[in-house]
Amino acid sequence: MSNIQNEELIAFVEKMPAFPKSVQKVVQLTSDVNASAKEIVRVIESDPIMTVKTLKVINSAFYGLPQKITSIQRAVVHIGLNTIKNLALSVAAMGVLKPKNKANFNTEDFLLHSLTTASLCRLLAERLNVKPSDCSDFFVAGLLHDFGKIVFAEFDPVNFKLALEKSAEQNIALHETESEFLGINHAQAGRLLAEKWELDPVLIDAIDHHHNDSNSDITLLKECLFTANQISKKLQFGFAGNPIIDENPGEIIPRFELSLDDLISSLGDLTPIKSEALSFINS
Amino acid sequence: MKFRFWGVRGSIATPGPTTVKYGGNTTCIEITTDNNDLIILDAGTGINPLGQDLLKRLPVSAHIFITHTHWDHIQGLPFFAPLFIPGNEIKIYGGLDPVTNEGIERALGVQLQYSYFPIREAELNANIEYNTIKPGESVDVGAAKITPILLSHPVLNFGYRIDCDGQSIFFTGDYEPLFNIYQPQDNEYEEYQAFIDQKQQQIISAMKDVDALIIDSSYTIEEYSTKEGWGHGTYSSAIQLANESNAKNLFLTHHEPTRTDDQLEQIYQQLLKDNPNLKYDIILAKEDQGIIL
Repeated sequence: MSNIQNEELIAFVEKMPAFPKSVQKVVQLTSDVNASAKEIVRVIESDPIMTVKTLKVINSAFYGLPQKITSIQRAVVHIGLNTIKNLALSVAAMGVLKPKNKANFNTEDFLLHSLTTASLCRLLAERLNVKPSDCSDFFVAGLLHDFGKIVFAEFDPVNFKLALEKSAEQNIALHETESEFLGINHAQAGRLLAEKWELDPVLIDAIDHHHNDSNSDITLLKECLFTANQISKKLQFGFAGNPIIDENPGEIIPRFELSLDDLISSLGDLTPIKSEALSFINS
Repeated sequence: MKFRFWGVRGSIATPGPTTVKYGGNTTCIEITTDNNDLIILDAGTGINPLGQDLLKRLPVSAHIFITHTHWDHIQGLPFFAPLFIPGNEIKIYGGLDPVTNEGIERALGVQLQYSYFPIREAELNANIEYNTIKPGESVDVGAAKITPILLSHPVLNFGYRIDCDGQSIFFTGDYEPLFNIYQPQDNEYEEYQAFIDQKQQQIISAMKDVDALIIDSSYTIEEYSTKEGWGHGTYSSAIQLANESNAKNLFLTHHEPTRTDDQLEQIYQQLLKDNPNLKYDIILAKEDQGIIL
């Protein structure tokens, strides 16, 4: 069992590069003086690493903003597109996340799971009539909920591989095998990093408790995130290493007053969510 | 309070026969409180003549607030004569650059390098202190309270509100009012607009009821159509801000560098004609123009 040192983990993530497609697109868009602002925002908000690094900067005490910034759009409004663009470029300059890591953790499948969970989380928020100005927060929560896993794959691939293998072989939830082999699970690592970066407490809480394995207070964000995560897994939109879908078949999810299957049917055709994410990852 | 413009030009200094009346130096505003505390907003080339003027008032204790680190707002700093004289106290304030993670000390340090300037930072004789400040957190200078707010520009930019002696001044630095990056048919349009509206309210309340509102108004509406995203406002956007914030006087500054004195005055006459019922005075900022509030 390894015991990850918090400070080492934090220092490691500072230097961690982003996903190859987003790095490539950022470099391309920032070489074009006529690149559209929404394209640049779209690239950053589709990459968990660029997103956390942007939110980390904008939420630092130096900008003393009255409320925490939870989405890239909000960050652009406060600090300006050019600054956000240059922040993304500085992340791009760190290189690219390698498609193959020693943990055999598939980063493309991970990104597909993260992006589809993000879109589903926003979709659920819209369904619950969350006001439009808050919906992007739900997207970000979905995008970042499993962030800890990609950090594990890079930081401690040997033990993360053992956790992935045991989870797959014995059909045990990945966060449980992570705790066994790494001494910390991805939700806890996500919380640790998000706290260090002074992200919104609501977002930290949602990341921390997205497996619903604690007695924390129920919030709309946590419920949407939990449900979006299960839908993404159930529909096999990508894969982030966890074979377990947290549902009791037929059980009604209180907030939606439907079972998971019925909720999925009621949401209509969800394949565009997958294809949009895929087009981003592969284009 | 009283204040004086020492530089009103945007982007680059433009000395010459066509800019004699309004001036060619880049941004610098001197504010003096009733207790004689000295606050300087920005250190464009206009800070050079201000520095010369201050040599008559030694020793100098100056508080220089930098809105942002583009050249036209810092370029005069190495030529600010009081920096070279022992016994002077110079405090320089500004924000932390989010991209480089460097504080305001860089504004001077970056210029005083061997290749670019003959004197090293260590050779400056005044007592120099750098203060990296945060939006929303006021700094006290004597009886004056200076409050920064983040305003949109291609680099981190602070607008400053100065409250003192029951009077107030707001200077935007360089500022382009926010626009929606999405089209009305995009899903994100409404959400983004909500963010803009929230931020706009913050900006209006930071400017609320000021006696002197000094705004970057570089362009006409026609010019702006090809300069969206360049980081500057228009005459119209300045008037709109003054209307909404209930300002008592509106000063238009950061004159576009190719703008001649005659052109500025034509634009000014047209503005007065197009806006006949304003509750405040509009003034074209002019170099060496002193205003007593």
